Amino acid sequence: MSGWIALGVVVLLALIFIGLYNGLVRMRNEVKNAWAQIDVQLKRRHDLIPNLIETVKGYMTHEREVLENVTRARAGAVSAQAGGQVGQIAAAEGALMGALRGFYAVAENYPQLKADGNFRALQEELTSTENKVSFARQFYNDSVLKYNTACETIPSNIVAGIGGFKKAEFFEIKDEAERAVPKVKF
Amino acid sequence: MFAVIRANQRKSIVLIVLMGLVLALMGYGVGTALDPSLGLPGLAGAGVIWLILLMVSFAGGEGLLMAQAGGREIERADAPQLFNLVEEMQIASGLAATPKIYLIDTPTPNAFAVGRNERRAALGFTTGLIARLNRDELQGVVAHEIAHIKNRDTLFMTLAGTTMGTIIVIADMFARGLRFSAGSSSRRRSDKGDSGAAVIMLIALVLAVVAPLLAQLLYFACSRRREYLADACAAQYTRYPEGLASALEKIAGGQRFSEEVNRVLAPMYIVSPLAAHARGSRLMSTHPPTADRIRVLRAMGGGASLRAYEEAYKKLHGGSGVMGAMAAAAPDQPAREASAGATPVAAGWRTARGVLHEADGERAVDCSCGLRLRIPPDWRGAPIRCPRCGREHRA
Repeated sequence: MSGWIALGVVVLLALIFIGLYNGLVRMRNEVKNAWAQIDVQLKRRHDLIPNLIETVKGYMTHEREVLENVTRARAGAVSAQAGGQVGQIAAAEGALMGALRGFYAVAENYPQLKADGNFRALQEELTSTENKVSFARQFYNDSVLKYNTACETIPSNIVAGIGGFKKAEFFEIKDEAERAVPKVKF
Repeated sequence: MFAVIRANQRKSIVLIVLMGLVLALMGYGVGTALDPSLGLPGLAGAGVIWLILLMVSFAGGEGLLMAQAGGREIERADAPQLFNLVEEMQIASGLAATPKIYLIDTPTPNAFAVGRNERRAALGFTTGLIARLNRDELQGVVAHEIAHIKNRDTLFMTLAGTTMGTIIVIADMFARGLRFSAGSSSRRRSDKGDSGAAVIMLIALVLAVVAPLLAQLLYFACSRRREYLADACAAQYTRYPEGLASALEKIAGGQRFSEEVNRVLAPMYIVSPLAAHARGSRLMSTHPPTADRIRVLRAMGGGASLRAYEEAYKKLHGGSGVMGAMAAAAPDQPAREASAGATPVAAGWRTARGVLHEADGERAVDCSCGLRLRIPPDWRGAPIRCPRCGREHRA
């Protein structure tokens, strides 16, 4: 009789373990998928920038420095993405966003450029890509929060320890320019 | 978030079961009225009609409903910005697949979503909507519609709509059959005597009249709460409640064209297209008053989370909110600012229509004075005179 009870308890524990383990796998996959989405959008942004530079070159002949800034920031972001470190990618993307913001501020002074159909289409693509990056980041961070919470709380943390589940890293872009208020000088 | 949707699903199941009961009662009643022994066959018949309609609506899927609304599917090249907005909201909501996009050629601004699951869904936008809204506003509308798909409102509407359709079909058949049998001499066996048959007949008649109304009442009641929930989700996805609020304002302001609107499709629109002509009682309306939805969105006080929406709703309505305790668990999210590129989505009304007209094979002739003339595809005969400069063009 007691043998049966012991067997029942063991089976029950095994079932709970399997359930928790599968839950963790599902959450980890969701984090991976969410990251893949960010990756796709970052790549798209990097691909759009050479087109943008090519389009504006003819109009902004006196703004070499601004354009070089963007090109340099893009190169940094591309190599950071190849490295695959979340923290480094976030820093490089922050720098790229700052450079692009500087570029848009200067582009405001070129009404002809703003009227260019090609430029407007590119600007829409870049705006949308930027939105997609931030929406994907939103979704990724939500997934990471869920997954990390499961990795830290009882009882799933025991399963996480045995199964070798590591916590995922949040993706926070630190963009100083985003918070800075533009100053007007006279 | 998932808890909110699950709670909603429970209520939906109850409502669908209720509608199913109304349908069963009606099948049984109509059967009994035809012949006292035909109660159960009547019930079975109602079930069969329901199954057939359900299969048709599932097999035809989103395309069938879109065709009913007069929509045509468009490609990415036709409206890149619209596709971008849909993709943005797909990412924000974590929807499994990008929905198909349909355009409906009408000046009335409106939008709706159909589809039985995340992978087979479609969004419909009227050309009037695209012409009027700017990027932030259209993003809010897209988010609201995607929330309907994500919350499985579209699946529920398909089920509820089919059940309601069956009830209407049976009521219709019964009324017609009655007229037919009244014309010919009564061939009905009357085992229980004439008075008993008359009473059953009367009950069936009342049912035939009341059931469609009852079904509609149920159908509309459950679609109203879903609108608030979809608004809350849209604010959360976009992090910008003002976009949707301002879009609702414009859409409500544009609902003055009276048009034939399918009653089954009505609850799926972002703003009820029926509201413009029938200022009926609140019981029969598919949507909460738009002004109220706008007020709630604008009372969110800089927040964009489900909780902020819930608090705004409670502040304006008192009592329990739309989501119950679930919203309290949602993390806080501040709203963002208006996007810099808040420019109109299409260059205007004409661009949106032009997409459809080109698909129709309509030809465009550019006059040398700068005016573009649009010529119907089947135009034969006389040359067309440019209304501005008077030059003649051959089609």
